[in-house]
This record gives sequence, structure tokens and C-alpha cells, in this order.
Amino acid sequence: MSKRHVTAIVNGDPVEFLCTPEQTLLDVLRDELDLTGSKECCSSGDCGACSVTLDGRLVCSCLVLGAEVEGKRIETIEGVAKGDELHPLQQKFLDHAALQCGICTPGILVAAKALLERNPDPSETEVRFWLAGNLCRCTGYDKIVRAVLDAAAEMRGS
Amino acid sequence: MATNPIDVERARSKQLRWVGTRGPRPDGIDKVTGRARYGADFNLPGMLVGRVLRSPHAHARIRSIDISKATALPGVKAIVTRDDFKDMPSEFVPAGEMMVNYRDIVRNVMAREKALYEGHAVAAVAATSPSIAREALRLIKVDYEVLPHVITAAEAMRPDAPLLHEDMITMGVEPAPTKASNVAKRVEFKTGDVKAGFAKADVIVERSFTTKPVHQGYLEPHACLANVNEAGQAELWCTTQGHFVVRSHCAKLLEMELSQIRVVATEIGGGFGGKTVVYLEPVALALSRKSKRPVKMVMSRDEVFKASGPTSGAHMTIKIGARKDGTITAGEAELAYEAGAFQGSPIQPGCMCAFAPYELENAHVVGYDVVSNRPKVAAYRAPGAPISEYAVEAVIDEIAQKLGLDPIEMRLKNAAKAGTRALYGPKFGPIGLVETLEAAKKHPHYSTPLGPNQGRGVASGFWFNIGGESCATINVNEDGSVTLMIGTPDIGGSRASMALMAAETLGIDVSHVRTLIVDTDSIGYTFLTGGSRVTFATGMATVDAAKDAIRQLCARAAKLWEVPEDQVVWDNGFAKRTGENAANVAPMSLAELAAKAGKTGGPISGHAEINAQGAGPTFGTHVVDVEVDEATGRVDIKRYTVIQDAGKAVHPGYVEGQYQGGAAQGVGWALNEEYVYGADGRLQNAGFLDYRMPVTSDLPMIDTVIVEVPNPAHPYGVRGVGETPIVPPMAAIANAVSRAIGSRMFELPMSPPKVLKAVQARKANGG
Amino acid sequence: MARVVLGSSLRRYTGGVDELEIDAATIKQLLTKLGAQHPKLVPILEHGLAIAINGTIYQGALLEPIPPDAEVHLLPPIEGGREASFRLRWWR
Repeated sequence: MSKRHVTAIVNGDPVEFLCTPEQTLLDVLRDELDLTGSKECCSSGDCGACSVTLDGRLVCSCLVLGAEVEGKRIETIEGVAKGDELHPLQQKFLDHAALQCGICTPGILVAAKALLERNPDPSETEVRFWLAGNLCRCTGYDKIVRAVLDAAAEMRGS
Repeated sequence: MATNPIDVERARSKQLRWVGTRGPRPDGIDKVTGRARYGADFNLPGMLVGRVLRSPHAHARIRSIDISKATALPGVKAIVTRDDFKDMPSEFVPAGEMMVNYRDIVRNVMAREKALYEGHAVAAVAATSPSIAREALRLIKVDYEVLPHVITAAEAMRPDAPLLHEDMITMGVEPAPTKASNVAKRVEFKTGDVKAGFAKADVIVERSFTTKPVHQGYLEPHACLANVNEAGQAELWCTTQGHFVVRSHCAKLLEMELSQIRVVATEIGGGFGGKTVVYLEPVALALSRKSKRPVKMVMSRDEVFKASGPTSGAHMTIKIGARKDGTITAGEAELAYEAGAFQGSPIQPGCMCAFAPYELENAHVVGYDVVSNRPKVAAYRAPGAPISEYAVEAVIDEIAQKLGLDPIEMRLKNAAKAGTRALYGPKFGPIGLVETLEAAKKHPHYSTPLGPNQGRGVASGFWFNIGGESCATINVNEDGSVTLMIGTPDIGGSRASMALMAAETLGIDVSHVRTLIVDTDSIGYTFLTGGSRVTFATGMATVDAAKDAIRQLCARAAKLWEVPEDQVVWDNGFAKRTGENAANVAPMSLAELAAKAGKTGGPISGHAEINAQGAGPTFGTHVVDVEVDEATGRVDIKRYTVIQDAGKAVHPGYVEGQYQGGAAQGVGWALNEEYVYGADGRLQNAGFLDYRMPVTSDLPMIDTVIVEVPNPAHPYGVRGVGETPIVPPMAAIANAVSRAIGSRMFELPMSPPKVLKAVQARKANGG
Repeated sequence: MARVVLGSSLRRYTGGVDELEIDAATIKQLLTKLGAQHPKLVPILEHGLAIAINGTIYQGALLEPIPPDAEVHLLPPIEGGREASFRLRWWR
């Protein structure tokens, strides 16, 4: 089975990789590019743990084929912090104890970041419906929602 | 080591500097940046992919397994079947510190005579790529003789039911039955005289309840990486709640000595009891041993649902009698829990917890452990208790409603207190049930007015909590920083709470303490993370290890000062002189003593290896408001408050997290989660789309109140908190829904079709 | 002397006795004497039990002292977060 050669931009860096036709973007990120921050928890796009953005659009990377991302821009959890500086969302998650086991955290952070880029002042309901595609089994979501609202407020300069 | 109760007094009376604060969690940075490594995030050069062939049948005899074609496929490096695992006789034998029936474990890991559930492992391959592994599985030919199956406890208990184990004779029945059945065990707890108790009652309510099996729902699938060398020495990375338990099981199943296996617990993406057993690990080790290469195995979501350890479905009948004033005079319960393919449902704790929140003179509980063609059940957060307490709390609510009593007042009237005798025998020490009920009564939630189609439900819950073996080593580094090594995987934030307790005891800033979960070679046997035991037991070991370090630090100071040891005390991070001229002598800090350690006898390391006893039980009370859409049967949670005793909240933020998380799981169990089986015994909803767990838009903010009635057996008064939060929700929500629609509900989950049916029935009856 | 309460499910192994007095200074001594007095109990004792002494529950604590005039209850082992078929090792 011959592999496809793909070039793309991941977290601002140009990358190239070989992938089989059936490898998903999630497989590529984890197994070819050693970016294990995105997690595989369902392989059917129902849990959001593999969330990344593809040309700015929030997607489940388990539903995208590796071969599909030729020439595209991908942002993963590994690109959310800028060097030493945590994104306000990441800091607020720590401050609010908005994580326990942490397996859903990368996906939720990527999704929340995508929300705040579109809607800098979401209501609690808007946050809840935006994040409804990201399962969390540990926290009951309370502290997660509070952290996102608090980060949004900080980013607005309130 | 016994804890001096005077320590607790001291701890309570003096101002605590670290215990009770909300610092950042030490593993937090790695988790918010994606750096943290979970079970599937480990790789080794030359690694093979392992995959399992699973039975498509719920019940079948395995006549033969032909692996010849699969073995010949290029890229396949090893295949294992039942022939690669030594059979174990049916007896309880020591495994580490536990007694385990390995006949069942070896069969669950790899089927032998029969496939007992859809998803039961029948063979496994290790190959150079996922696609070759998949192809190899397709080439394995298994000759099945399909047999009739049973799924629920009720089906399995019928006299004509097909038998899973032809030699199963029910234990706990005298005289022993002559015929085999699917009932593994009968248990019974009795006190007083229920007949006399019911005779005294003004109102008696008897109801039957059904609950469906649910899964713990951890997002991270089981995953491991095994590496066995030519000398038979093994390393294993796995996501687990107990790597020492994994070591015990794998050593037994692979006939290895414990010292030959090193198990590393990776970060764990949720467990809730479901990762306390082995599935892939012995298989990966066997494949690695055969192929002489590392083998990585990860379950798919489908496999997690079908082949790990969901909890029991159950049938229950509860009968409670009470006087007009709400005093309960008698309680009776008959419970049948599904164990899955092999015996061992949590029927015993289910029976023991059923009436636990109440002071009952007359009670009788009988329970049955029933096998059926489902995956072998594993623990799920307070195993057994949520199911039985759901039914009991629902009947209590119905009685309160019948008598026109406030549900909290009725519970207060009967509440267990210090000195109350539990149904299973001993009297309770200090407990916090009454405090949680009083706090619920006072909470603004309880007096918030309800709107149309809304109902409020209250329920209380109980869990014992356990202690067990824990070890801790505190290495005092030359610069005065401290490395704390423990053996209980961190599933709830325990690295933070251990650091807080170590810092408090040593008297140093918590930022100088780093907690590590180390592998099975690096510390003494430590029992798994579960039973809400870590803050209690590993915490106790941590405090003991800190005290051991302090003893050594004081001894060094004494040597340096050239005074007897009894003239040195430890105070808030410093060795201080007592006795003559003490005022003229400057204290020595931990850092100063550490810097001199090498030159004064050697490095300083405190440690403790204990079997912690005296875990205190935890009670909680939940209040929930729901709104029912009578057109669709959909239930919305409008308001939720968790009030629970923590003994002492070492890190309040993480305690709140446990309360909220357990409540959310309870919401799912109450409203939507269930295993849906087809007539063929196959699971129809083995994915997150149709196995519907709560999402962000299903829940409101969950308010929490931490009550603290200290546990005298722990240096800081800690009680385990992790499990009790899942015990009250189903009953609280059932009671709320029942009150909202004016019709009682007796089945879980209360999914929209069921609620709609109840609403329509009520309307048909003129309601 | 400790007052030992066996509970209704153990009665069948002791010929109906569910409460007895045993002179024992530790849990290990108590279990040895109990097993000697009621041999049918021995497999249960080896299988593993939790022991409550004056209300505090002990598991896997063979050497725990029993104070004089203690009230002792034998309970099924209490597990949490793990399978019910595991038992803490007591004997040998």
C-alpha cells in the first residue's frame, strides 16, 4: 500500500509526512508528528477529545483524513500557549481547578479558544452549547464553564 | 502506625497553613498544554501493534481456534490464544495482598471453553502495522457453537435459563442447592424483627425497581505498552488505578516473579473503578514475550463498551413501614444484581448500604449475585450503593409524600448519628449525615420557588470508604526541596493534597514539595486508587513519612549542637533547642540541615509503609430541581446542590470537583445512560452518540457545600470523598421527576420515552 | 474478653450461634480461636473479612490489638472502586 506525501502547516511550522490513505489526521498528529496532545477517545467524532482547528475551523481530527490536509493550516493544543506564556484559557483552567484527569482538557481548550475568537462575550448558555461536543466525565462541567467565562472576561479587558 | 488522636486536636486547633488551601495542581501545566502522557502516548522503537479478536456471540462454546493462516501472514510476529495462558483452578489464592479467583480472571482475559459475552477476547495478534493486525484477525478461524443467552438478572434467574457455568452452585444457601444455576451467591443481613416492625407501621410502601447496566464512561480507553526481554524481564506502561494490582495479576497469569515485572502507571484519563482490573495488560505481555518486541495495545471505544467492566443492572423490591410522624419502623429489601459473565457483582456492599443513612431497629436485606452473558462487571464509584440506595430513597420519598412530611424532616427524624448501629453490625463513630441534612434545609436552593412542571427531589447517600496499604518516601534534597514519592495513581488531584499535607507537617512552603507517582520497583506495595482511600491512606503514609524525616532532622540537629535528642524539637520548618541556653541558639531550617546531611551521616529520607485503618464513612445529601416537558418527556436539571461531609477538605477545589463530577455521572445514570441489547445479546449502543452521557448543555452550575465532621483516625481529620457523590443523584432526580409529573417512577434511566409514558398514563387516569 | 457478633449470614457455619465471648488480645488470636471453636468458619475466615472493633473497621490488620470488653463485628470485606471478587488476605 503506497503512502501519500503531504505538506501542511502545524502550529505555524511547515511539516511534511507520509500517511496511508486510511490514516486520520489524528493518527498523523499522534503517530507521525509525535504531537500526542490530541487524544483518541471514540474515533467517531462524538467526544471532541481530538479537537483541532483546520484553516481556522474547529474539527474532530478523527473525522479528517491525513491525506486531506495538503496545504492546510492546523492548530493543535500544542500551539495554544505562546512560548512561556499560557493562553488566558489555560491559566484560568488551572486557577478554577477546571480539570481533573485532564484527558478532555486539550480538546476543550482548543474548542473554547475557537469560541472566544468568534464570540468574545458569550453567555453561559452559549458556552455550554458550543462545548456540547466535548465530553468530560470527571468535572460535571461547572468549573470548566466558569473558567471559560472568566478567561473571556479577562481577554475583553473587563 | 496508629495515629495519635491528639494530633487531630492539634491540627484542628492551630491555624493550618497549607491544608485547606486552593493552590494550583502540580500536574496542571502538563495537562493544559497537552504534554501529559497517558496510556496511549508511550512508544518504543520496534514497537508492534496488538489487536484482540473478540467473540461476536453473547454465549458460545469455542470448539477450535485455527491461527495457521494468520501466523503465516507477513508482518505478524506473535499470536496468543487460551493455549498461551495456564489454566487456573477455581480457588481463592494469594496475589500480592489479595485473595483472587484466578480461574475467572484468566478466562476473562482470554476465553477458554466458552465465549460468555459479545466482545469476550478469544485471540490476540501482534503485527508491524494496524492494517496487518486487522487482516490477521480476519484470518483467524474460530469454530463457535452458539448457545442461548441471558442478559438481565431476571432472565438469568429463571428455572429454565441457560447456564453460563455448569458447576455453579449458589453459595450462602443452606442446605446447598443440588442443581446448578446462574445465582453465584446469596447474602443476607438482618436485625430486629421486621414483622413486628411492619405491624407497628401506619403506612407501608412496597415497590419494585429496575436499573439498567451503565458504564463508568471514562474517556480514555484502556491502553498499555509491554516490553519483555529475552530473559523474561518485563516493563509495562499502562493506564490504571493500581499498578501494583496490575503487577500481581500479570505475574500470576504469566507465571513470573513479581520482581521481574516493573509497572509504570501513566497519567490516567478517568477510571471511576473501571480501571482496577486487567484486560489488555497480560495479553500485551504475552505477545511481547512471544515476539521479543514491545507491543502496544489500545482499546477502541467499541471495545471499551463491550469488553471492559460496566456495572450491574438490577431488580429490587423495597418495603418500608413508618408511623404517622415519619419514624421508620421496618425496612425490607430484596436485591438481584447482574455480575456479568463471572461472579462478583457488588451485591454485598449494595445490601450493606441500602438503609445505611437510617437508624433502623428492624431491617432485613437479601441479595443475589447473578451471572449473565454480559461483560464481567467492574467497580463503578461506590459499587452497589447507588443502585440500592436509589430504590430505598425513592420509597422513603413516597412515604414522606403520603404522610405530608417534608422529605428532609423525615430523614432527620430517622438519621443515623454517632452511636447508631449500622445494619451490618458496628456502631458509627462521628458522622456528618445530620449536618448535611441541616445544611440542605438552610440552603437557598431549598426555598427557591418552583415553576410549572417543576419538581424538587432530595436524597441522602452513604459510602464506607476504605484504608489499605500505602507507602510514602520523602527525600530531603540537598537544597532543602523535598521529593515525595507515592504509589497511588492520581485520579482526583492527590498529588496536590499530598504535597499540602507534607508541607503542613514539615512546616515548609508547599512550592518546595514535589509529589511523584513512582513505579512498582521504586516503592513498597501500595494498594490501588479506589475506595476513596488515597487522601486518607496515602495521606496518612505521607504524614508519617514526614514525621520520620523530622525525627531524623532533629537527630542531626542534636548531633550538630552536641546535645541529647530530647533537647531538640521541630517547629514550623525549623529544629529548635529547648533546655538551657536555648534562647541563644539560632534555629536550623530544613534547608540548612539538608545541606549538611551528607557530612553528618548521610542523606535524609523519611518513609512509611502502612496499612491504614480507621477510614471514616461519608454521608451526603443532594437537592435537585427538574423541569419536565410533558410533550416530549425530556427532563431538564434546573438546579443542583451537593452537600457532603469531607471530614477535612485538604484542597477544597478538588473536593468540590469530586462532588460535581459524581453528581454529573448520577444525572446520566438517572436520565439517559443504559446498555441497549438486541435480541441476539449484542450491544446496540457501543459509542458515545447512543450511549448518552451528560454534555455541557445538559447541566446547570452545580452548587456544593462542604461539611466537615473530622475523622478522628486521620491526622488532619480526612474522610474519603470521591464515591459518595454518585450515591444520591438517581434517587434525588427520580424523586424530583416523580413530584414534577405527579406519578412515581420505578425504572432507570428515566429517558424521555419512559417519562412520556408515565405522563400519558397519569393523564389517562384523569390526572 | 471480647464480645464477638457474627451476623446472620454466618450463623449457618456456627450451628446457629451468632454471638460469643472470646478471650483474644489481637485480631489474629481472635480468628484462630474462632476457627478452632467453629471449624466450618475457617474457609470464610481465610477468604477474608473486615473486622469492626468498637465501631472502627479494620481490614488486613491481623496484629491490631483488641481492647478488653471490646465489641467486635465480623463483616464481609469492604471494597471500593474494585471488583467484589477480590478479598484482602488474612490467613497464613
